[in-house]
Amino acid sequence: MFSELFRSDTFRHGVHPPERKSYTESIKIRRMPFPDEIVLPMRQHAGRPAIPLVKRGDRVERADKVGEADGFISVPIHTSAAGTVRDVTLWPHPDGSMAESVVIEVDRWSPQLPRPRVVARWEGLDPAQVVKEVQKAGVVGLGGAAFPTHVKLLPPKDMPVHTLIVNGAECEPYLTTDHRTMVEFPERVQFGIRIMMKALGVERAIIGVEKNKPDAIERLRATLPDDLDVTVLPLTVKYPQGAEKMLIEVVTGREVPSGKLPMNVGVVVQNVGSIACIAEIFDTGQPLIERVVTVTGPGVRRPSNLLVPVGTKLRDVLEFCDGLTDDASQIIFGGPMMGAATPDLDTPLIKGTTGVVVLTEAEAQPLTVHPCIHCGRCLESCPVFLNPSLLGSLAQAGRYEEMETSHLMDCMLCGACSYVCPSHIPLSQMFALGKNMLGRRKAREAAA
Amino acid sequence: MSASVSGPGSAHEEEILLRIAASPHVHSPHSTPRIMWTVTATLVPLVAAAVYWFGPSALLVIGAATAGAVITERIFGQRGALGDGSAMITGILLGLILPPGFPMWMAFVGGAFGIGFGKLIFGGLGQNVFNPALLGRAFLQAAFPIAITTWPAEQASWWALRGDNFALPLMSPKTVDLVTAATPLGAWKFEGTGTEVMDLLIGRTGGSLGETSALLILALGIFLAVKNYLDWRIPTSILLTVAVFSGLLFLIDGSRFTSPMFMLFSGGLMLGAVYMATDLVTSPVTQRGAWIYGIGIGLLVVLIRVWGGLPEGVMYAILLMNAMVPFINRATQPRVFGHQRKREEAAA
Repeated sequence: MFSELFRSDTFRHGVHPPERKSYTESIKIRRMPFPDEIVLPMRQHAGRPAIPLVKRGDRVERADKVGEADGFISVPIHTSAAGTVRDVTLWPHPDGSMAESVVIEVDRWSPQLPRPRVVARWEGLDPAQVVKEVQKAGVVGLGGAAFPTHVKLLPPKDMPVHTLIVNGAECEPYLTTDHRTMVEFPERVQFGIRIMMKALGVERAIIGVEKNKPDAIERLRATLPDDLDVTVLPLTVKYPQGAEKMLIEVVTGREVPSGKLPMNVGVVVQNVGSIACIAEIFDTGQPLIERVVTVTGPGVRRPSNLLVPVGTKLRDVLEFCDGLTDDASQIIFGGPMMGAATPDLDTPLIKGTTGVVVLTEAEAQPLTVHPCIHCGRCLESCPVFLNPSLLGSLAQAGRYEEMETSHLMDCMLCGACSYVCPSHIPLSQMFALGKNMLGRRKAREAAA
Repeated sequence: MSASVSGPGSAHEEEILLRIAASPHVHSPHSTPRIMWTVTATLVPLVAAAVYWFGPSALLVIGAATAGAVITERIFGQRGALGDGSAMITGILLGLILPPGFPMWMAFVGGAFGIGFGKLIFGGLGQNVFNPALLGRAFLQAAFPIAITTWPAEQASWWALRGDNFALPLMSPKTVDLVTAATPLGAWKFEGTGTEVMDLLIGRTGGSLGETSALLILALGIFLAVKNYLDWRIPTSILLTVAVFSGLLFLIDGSRFTSPMFMLFSGGLMLGAVYMATDLVTSPVTQRGAWIYGIGIGLLVVLIRVWGGLPEGVMYAILLMNAMVPFINRATQPRVFGHQRKREEAAA
């Protein structure tokens, strides 16, 4: 009842890491040329991995399907370039594991022309058909989690959705992917919102953008449609403002109940990049085969915003950005708060890759871990009000069940606690491990 | 962990090592040693004030207590633990709550006890229940009740020692030729005489080394609070509680109870509220807990000062509330996002 009175433009707690967006925030998106070889992991989305449809030696044209969706919570994979399948094999994945991938030798002489429409025209489609087309085009959330977009377009009957929230917060330091999309393609964002609102049958859409992107806010406001209730909501710059639950709380004043979906409070959240992607697939008829990626950080000679064919290897992207500086020492897939460091330059950029951040020796120094001094900074940073200090000591003792009763499962691994910890205790890493151990134990119990 | 890979293309031909680590890959610049050493640095002006008011004796006592703490940490603590600066703080703080004429060997023993039994037997930094400096003083109070309550009168010369600082180890200090004077709290408690508030503010009174200049301590506390190196809720709630509680008593009977200004600025309250109660390890981790903890200390301070047998109660008030911290923490756990409060859950 009081939440309406004290509506603010941010959530409680959170942290303020240095933004470091000036490397690329005013640089136009460039199209990256096709590399000699692309690698398409079958697992580029949350849910079941796709099933490969091609074998060694097969010819594929651009936008051909090379992997089929395995069930509803899965999407197909299309090739971003014409060429010959060199192999279907295990390959390094951005998350650090090995994943089944289709390796394609790209035709050097191919003009890589757009193919005939894969996706139907939008006009006249009913919502169910829109959902089908979105899945057919392999669209996933481009904000990092890569949840299949069409699943979010089909709310269950008992959960009426009234508001579409467009996530343009982009709270991770360094990344400017969504920022540039909003500045350069505001009409595409608006068209995507129109499609989504129609598909969801909602009356209202709100675009949340952090205030450090005034040009994006201005461009979106200038292109707002006259016939739809779409508003732009400037948000306080704070990490993790772009977390789904934080954004929903700011926009609606309601907390998504623990373990429940945004639909429980009548909203659907889509990343602004995914929205633009949907507009693009219905516009061009092409599936999701390229995406905007920020390649940035002090360790890159030429920080850039690139339109990259999905499956391009890290090596080729970095080379296109004039390579690494001499003191480059760490390469991160995604932002520095939640991204994964990779040791392998052959790792491909996939649908969920928001950026590549290269840190130098100065930033990537290993930190000395000190004992917890119970300063309480982690409690004051945690956006979901956990007690990371307590959870950390439980994790150290391997008491995972007690971690669960202390609400470990509500942790979204945003890393805010690790960021503020003056003793440099790797809290979020311990929590990821704890979640993993609990998951395994559950699986073992289910099997037994 | 790192892996050897060849750099991309012409721009970077030679082999480079890529570091891999868990996210987040950026960290706040505040580290535990930085917090500890900053607090230590803010103690320097306090030591300087003590030297100004009490002469060379101040340095001797503080130095001896610090040596006791640091040497004990070095010998019995974990390797490298001295680098985090916490033993240094304990030593200096203990020195600041001892009388100027205190024998050095006793101060040394107090520092060693504070670190050894106040911190190391619990498992070192972060594990202790009680503030090590206060535990050291509680031990000294029990062991040397006379020496720790011998307050020298102002000496003619700044250079004169304020007591038998150089008493031989295991020997009691000589007290024959020493003129003693009561501290403001002692004078009020046992003789019923007051002290000018102005003297309390700048420290022109008797008492322990660091508990005299209330204004200086307050200024340093504000600096630390602005840097977020101490929780402002704790000193605020302690001082507010003391002011309100003693103010109420003063309103009820002004002749029997002393004024809240005197309560606030006399004795060890300021040093205790700013430097002792805010010790990160032994204070609550939750913000609501910090308020409860501070109010508890404030109430206990007034209770002990007014109705207790001792003139000063800050040390025992803080130690008692230290013991309550685990319970306060448990009782003030924040409501987790997306969960209802237990009460609401029961109602639903």
